[in-house]
Amino acid sequence: MTGNRVITSTLVGLARTFAHALAAEDLARQPGLLQSLDPRVRLTGIFLLVLAALLAHRIAVIAGLFVVAVALALFSHVRLATLAVRVWLVVLLFTGIIALPALFLTPGSFLMTSSGTVLPITIQGLNSAVLLIARVETAATLTTVLVLTTPWMALLKSFRAFLIPQEVVMMLAMTHRYIFLLAETAAQMFESRQSRTVGALDRTAQRHMASRTAGVLLSKSIELSNDVFLAMQSRGFRGDARVLTEFRMRTLDYLGLIAFLTVGIAAVWAGRS
Amino acid sequence: MGGTFVSGPPIFEVRDVSFAYENIPALRGTSLCIAPGQSVALLGANGSGKSTLLRLLNALCFPSSGSVDFCGEPLTPNRLRDEKFAFSFRRQVGLVFQNPDVQLFNPTVFDEVAFGPLQMGWTKAEVIARVNSTLDTMGIAHLRDRAPYRLSGGEKKRVALASVIVLDPEVLLLDEPTSMLDPRSQSQLIDLIQNWKGTSKTVVTATHQLEIVEDIAERVVVLEQGSVIAAGAPSEILSNGELLLRANLVHAHRHKHGDMVHSHPHLHSHAKHEHEH
Repeated sequence: MTGNRVITSTLVGLARTFAHALAAEDLARQPGLLQSLDPRVRLTGIFLLVLAALLAHRIAVIAGLFVVAVALALFSHVRLATLAVRVWLVVLLFTGIIALPALFLTPGSFLMTSSGTVLPITIQGLNSAVLLIARVETAATLTTVLVLTTPWMALLKSFRAFLIPQEVVMMLAMTHRYIFLLAETAAQMFESRQSRTVGALDRTAQRHMASRTAGVLLSKSIELSNDVFLAMQSRGFRGDARVLTEFRMRTLDYLGLIAFLTVGIAAVWAGRS
Repeated sequence: MGGTFVSGPPIFEVRDVSFAYENIPALRGTSLCIAPGQSVALLGANGSGKSTLLRLLNALCFPSSGSVDFCGEPLTPNRLRDEKFAFSFRRQVGLVFQNPDVQLFNPTVFDEVAFGPLQMGWTKAEVIARVNSTLDTMGIAHLRDRAPYRLSGGEKKRVALASVIVLDPEVLLLDEPTSMLDPRSQSQLIDLIQNWKGTSKTVVTATHQLEIVEDIAERVVVLEQGSVIAAGAPSEILSNGELLLRANLVHAHRHKHGDMVHSHPHLHSHAKHEHEH
């Protein structure tokens, strides 16, 4: 088992990726608060709230935006446990490491305990660290909620509302599409290898296997991209991609946009230093 | 003989065409004519050059020697650079690839089927109406908003076909259309091709499945190692065991009858393996 760790862990990793992607797509299609809004409104609204969280200088305002993010998650049927594991803990860990030096290095008044002991942490440093962690936690929560409640392709299409060129959106969509295909191929390759592997593989053999798999996948992806281009040409593609955007704004979408704008502008105003 | 058989002005005329993939020859001096409205099966084993020939007919690659004409117009890279000709050609000739994953590059089934009409510059209303009716005709309206990577093999194949027939092309080039399909989907697809047989559409199907040839084609062109080795009516070709054996489409089946051991061409298309002695 230990000798085949590369195969097993790769298979488990690929399976987890598929499961996450499929679960996210299913959640995005369920009824819910964010799901009921036009993807462009969702994208614009969440972008505004993220911007407000990044511009705010008051912890209370960022905390308020965090509460809004959690409420959006709850009303959109996103499980808080998912957010806790995939966002809050990870962000706390990574941002915490980045923010740690600020506690000691930021000039200012030192913190004192109730017993009168002076700690080597400044009040300004603590404020900066908390502010940074709160901003990142809020921004990450908002974007995760957006990603979990919006089919990836609808999200990409709504980028058009931000005047991102059609070609870029199409390229991103195709990348997403074919990453899955190549991941599936990789999973099948590892499964087939596992079915023919008896006993433990030493580290060198594992490395060789991983590099060969990567090489084969690379050549497959090049072949695939050539064929995809031919398939596009065959249906009239001549370098200028034309796609259909079917989004339609309803009253609910306008109300949602107004609500996002109100909260975002209020947060920016209240969060001034 | 080169497989030349014309019952009217040819829609495709392939003259002494050769093509190679990085020095590995795929077609060697292939010639054939396809008349408008004809249903042709390109029959051959794997690697016989069927898919390459379809790509040449769809002007996705060009011969290293020889020529391919479409309605009397030579298909050359220069000709295809002419926007007007290119759009008209792509509108008239559709290719369904063997591997549907190659063809399904859009985010949803609806977008996939809409891709061709949009490139043709149709209006939004026209595209929506046409896509919806094609999805209904193909029985895949329920897949409309699904992502192609979440479809089964058979569903992918049907979407790939829908993405081409939405343009209502005059010529349909089908590369192994029944591969990956379960028997029911296979027979549905054959019904669809049979429906086109009665119309003015030209259908060229590359296949190695002998059992579907009589249903989908009125003329068969047999390829072997990149060359046309025979052409004729399905009954004529399918009854020529020696030819099928040479083209690797059947294999010699050796077995015992009492004390006598003998061999005969083995066609898997026959429901019962019966033969005369």
